[in-house]
Amino acid sequence: MAEDAAVTTEVVLRVAELANLDLKAEEVPRMQRDLNAILGHIAQLNELDTTGVPAMAQVGQMLGAEAELTGEALRADTVRPSLDRKAVMAAAPETDGRFFKVPKVIER
Amino acid sequence: MTIEQIRAAIANKTTTATAVAEQHYARIAAEDGPDGKNIHSFLALSRERALAQAARIDALAAQGEELPPLAGVPVGIKDVLTMTGSPATAGSKILEGYMPPYDATVVQKLEAAGAVLLGKLNCDEFAMGSSNENSAYGPVRNPRALDRVPGGSSGGSAAAVAAEFCVASLGTDTGGSIRQPAAFCGVVGMLPTYGRVSRYGLIAFASSLDRVGPFATNVRDAATMLSVLAGWDPMDATSSDREPADYVGALQNPVDGLRIGVPAEYFGEGLDPEIRAAIEKALDGLRGVGCEVKPISLPHTRYAIPTYYVIATAEASANLSRFDGVRFGLRAEGVKTLSAMYRETRDQGFGAEVKRRILLGTYALSAGYYDAYYRKAQQVRTLLTRDFLAAFEQVDAIVSPITPTPAFHLGAKTDDPVQMYLEDIYSVAASLAGICGISVPCGQTRAGLPIGVQVMGRHFDEQTMLRVGLAIEAGQA
Repeated sequence: MAEDAAVTTEVVLRVAELANLDLKAEEVPRMQRDLNAILGHIAQLNELDTTGVPAMAQVGQMLGAEAELTGEALRADTVRPSLDRKAVMAAAPETDGRFFKVPKVIER
Repeated sequence: MTIEQIRAAIANKTTTATAVAEQHYARIAAEDGPDGKNIHSFLALSRERALAQAARIDALAAQGEELPPLAGVPVGIKDVLTMTGSPATAGSKILEGYMPPYDATVVQKLEAAGAVLLGKLNCDEFAMGSSNENSAYGPVRNPRALDRVPGGSSGGSAAAVAAEFCVASLGTDTGGSIRQPAAFCGVVGMLPTYGRVSRYGLIAFASSLDRVGPFATNVRDAATMLSVLAGWDPMDATSSDREPADYVGALQNPVDGLRIGVPAEYFGEGLDPEIRAAIEKALDGLRGVGCEVKPISLPHTRYAIPTYYVIATAEASANLSRFDGVRFGLRAEGVKTLSAMYRETRDQGFGAEVKRRILLGTYALSAGYYDAYYRKAQQVRTLLTRDFLAAFEQVDAIVSPITPTPAFHLGAKTDDPVQMYLEDIYSVAASLAGICGISVPCGQTRAGLPIGVQVMGRHFDEQTMLRVGLAIEAGQA
């Protein structure tokens, strides 16, 4: 993460593609400017030597035995009612009541 | 009115829950909209549900039954939590009109405790912001100074309590989004320990950081709210099965002999002198009631913001991938293929700040950058957390500012994301470490803007944090 690793227009467009964001042409320069400013600030982390420091993904890792806080606790595997299908499908943009409908998947 | 005053008044029949709800709806109707003060704290009102609940409480009172702790108390819910019968927008166009099929656990708990839920509160889009100016439905104004921001992202939740539209509210805090708006609006806002309060039914922003917590007008009410909200939830794999403490009962314990740490790193350059003076006065008050106030060091504090903005955006980029136009919310019209539908929907549905954070998070997680950004930030998160664990071996609570400045003017920082992110300088470290925190009003500036002071406590030691908060509050009177 070098300070000189400036994000180019091409990188902005590539990242947008990865994120499934279709940026309008006029949005790109502003995003490029902002990403570079924020990454410039983030580069401060390079000042720290973190050799041998464990990565912290969840709070519970720092508290010893608290499996719940690491997202590792599982509830009992019992059958329980799920959400009402009608209520869920009612929120869908397009549905036949049983399935979600989407535009053509194969693009040719 | 406090929670206990309302409950007592309903119990002894000087008023009814229905009358209390109607009074609050009348105030909202008069002041929240463009014909009033245009505070714009509510995005939706849940009148039918609220009045049905009020009628249930009134029936209990008529029968002379013991009333539950929040009986008849009007509460507002931040619009990132689900509540059936009301839309859940998360402040985003991508969820405009979305009707959730289930209640968040905290919504169920509040109603089971007798609360009357008045409606859904405005917030920054997907809780991303420090001023509430990122709401797709328009900004919230600070009731204490209408030309200023209420803070964010739970700006509506803080403003609604400050304007007396509700007696308490729920917010969420990922990097400061409860404590900072509480300070800006002159109310109490609490960040419970990570895992203390269920997040089932919370629209996720950054899962290793997101927390749900209360706003109230005073510390005791915040403790009452926590006692209702806290506890294990089988529907949230990250909720803790530790038994909640007696948060209200703990307030009776005196604070003399408690060791209070004051971190030098929170009083550096950039701290408004009036805020510094107010915190020092609060610390004098704590000395006066027998606390031992001592300097401590949290040496990695200056790295908290860059660490936070890597981790939070990385997690957000993953969480927000579910908004794709397939199952709920907006779908772009007239698009011929699936992949174009995804991209077009997300371009139309997300605002600029959300896109900025998705891009930053995607970049930080992308091939070749993962170790340099995401892994590095997770390592620094360990160092930041170790700072707190070491400090809490020497002190029982930590007192610091929560914001570097009082509420700023609407529009003052919208053009510079780095300046906006620096607003979170005193709040994000506690978020990263998972400890609890509370913002308590402690005076105002000469211009009349509220000042907040932050008390931070050990993991799962909300009791001590609340006691210190109460002592500070008592010293203001």
